[in-house]
Amino acid sequence: MKELSVNHLLGIKYINKNDIDLIFETADQFKEVINRPIKKVPSLQHITIANIFFEDSTRTKLSFELAQKRLSADVMSFSVAQSSVKKGETLIDTVNNILSMKVDMVVMRHKNPGAAHFLSQNVKASIVNAGDGAHEHPTQALLDSYSIREKLGEVGGKKVVIVGDVLHSRVALSNIFALQMQGAEVMVCGPKTLIPRYITELGVKYEPNLRKALEWCDVANMLRVQNERLDVNYFPSTREYSQQYGVDKALLDSLNKEIVIMHPGPINRGVEITSDVADSSQSVILNQVENGVAVRMAVIYLLAQKIK
Amino acid sequence: MSQKILLTSKEVNIILHRLACQLIEKHLDFSNTILIGIQPRGKYLAERIKQILEDEYNIKNIPLGFLDITFFRDDFRRNEKPMEANKTQIDFLVEDKKVVFIDDVLYTGRSIRAALTAIQSFGRPSGIELLTLIDRRFSRDLPIQPDYRGRQVDAINNEKVIVHWKENDGEDQVLLVAKEVKS
Repeated sequence: MKELSVNHLLGIKYINKNDIDLIFETADQFKEVINRPIKKVPSLQHITIANIFFEDSTRTKLSFELAQKRLSADVMSFSVAQSSVKKGETLIDTVNNILSMKVDMVVMRHKNPGAAHFLSQNVKASIVNAGDGAHEHPTQALLDSYSIREKLGEVGGKKVVIVGDVLHSRVALSNIFALQMQGAEVMVCGPKTLIPRYITELGVKYEPNLRKALEWCDVANMLRVQNERLDVNYFPSTREYSQQYGVDKALLDSLNKEIVIMHPGPINRGVEITSDVADSSQSVILNQVENGVAVRMAVIYLLAQKIK
Repeated sequence: MSQKILLTSKEVNIILHRLACQLIEKHLDFSNTILIGIQPRGKYLAERIKQILEDEYNIKNIPLGFLDITFFRDDFRRNEKPMEANKTQIDFLVEDKKVVFIDDVLYTGRSIRAALTAIQSFGRPSGIELLTLIDRRFSRDLPIQPDYRGRQVDAINNEKVIVHWKENDGEDQVLLVAKEVKS
């Protein structure tokens, strides 16, 4: 009988390969469930989950909420814009107040790296990290790997290139950990200003030339240019970025093989990828969104199993 | 751990044929009937019954599905052991069909309760029946009884009835195993 080795999902670096396998096997079953005429199971009827988003999110928040509702959990969602955090309440106080309403699990996004880890050590609830600053975004990495596994059969032995703003990306870091854990080779590609200086010490390759990177890989994960985090100019102009690091159909067709295109969303169409690439048969972007619900159901279900 | 053989391979075979005949008596040509094996262990029994109906009674094309009830159980988090999900495979709607649930052992009835809820995701059947190889008497928590039963068994709570199938365990056999009581 299997269960997760952890009580919280704080980041990929805190879990192991067996956990990932278990999450994927469980997600397979949930994917079947969400394709039924009636897409709901009653497993988590007695569980209450709070979604606390200190940072904006559409996709992740909706995906988590839907996953929780499909499992029949009671859900409350709250964003900072309408909360007392603005009045100066501390993180622990905010969460403890919510927990005194008998909440079993907290899904949190926060702008500070390590916020989820900090919370897990200070409050009594199961914590799921839905993104902490530029640190980790574990469920995104899991659904990315799950989508690769679905499209190519397995993740082990595959070559994956992460293109774009690796410096500000929590998706990149979680993906690197998750892919390496499953035996994939990882490369990062992007303007040098957007690549962390010591990234190669994580055992990933760096390639400044997009064409060479694409020729090497089986899967390209295109990151979004995070305009809101770009406090200084990291590249001369958006136009120049898209000429150097944007993928269009002509570039894809000129490669001697068919690669899989992924994107964590939201897409800046015409910047990282053009519309004809985003909507092509090589793109699994919408599958990623569907798989996101199944993977998050699996994570929540498996963590809820460990609540004593 | 002591164990006793309740049914040998030959006896299992005779019972399977009887159960198949009882199904035919009620469902004739199975034109409006669906067999559903309850995962994980009811799968083997369901496949075997279908095989007998096809090979020996020439009833072809009986729809067979497998239903996993893990996410519908009422002992989530109450059970000491974590529960592992299995594959649900029902490639048809059960709307207005006669459904026969097939499981190896009927014990507390809670699995069947979960299955009754789970099947609703696939439509509203016109009726549901239950076929089990082993019916453990006097152990039910819920008012659920089989419509077709292979053998009734009286066993106390720390005994376990284990059904072996040749596809999976090498030989058809039903065992009564007494769990060791920790002192």
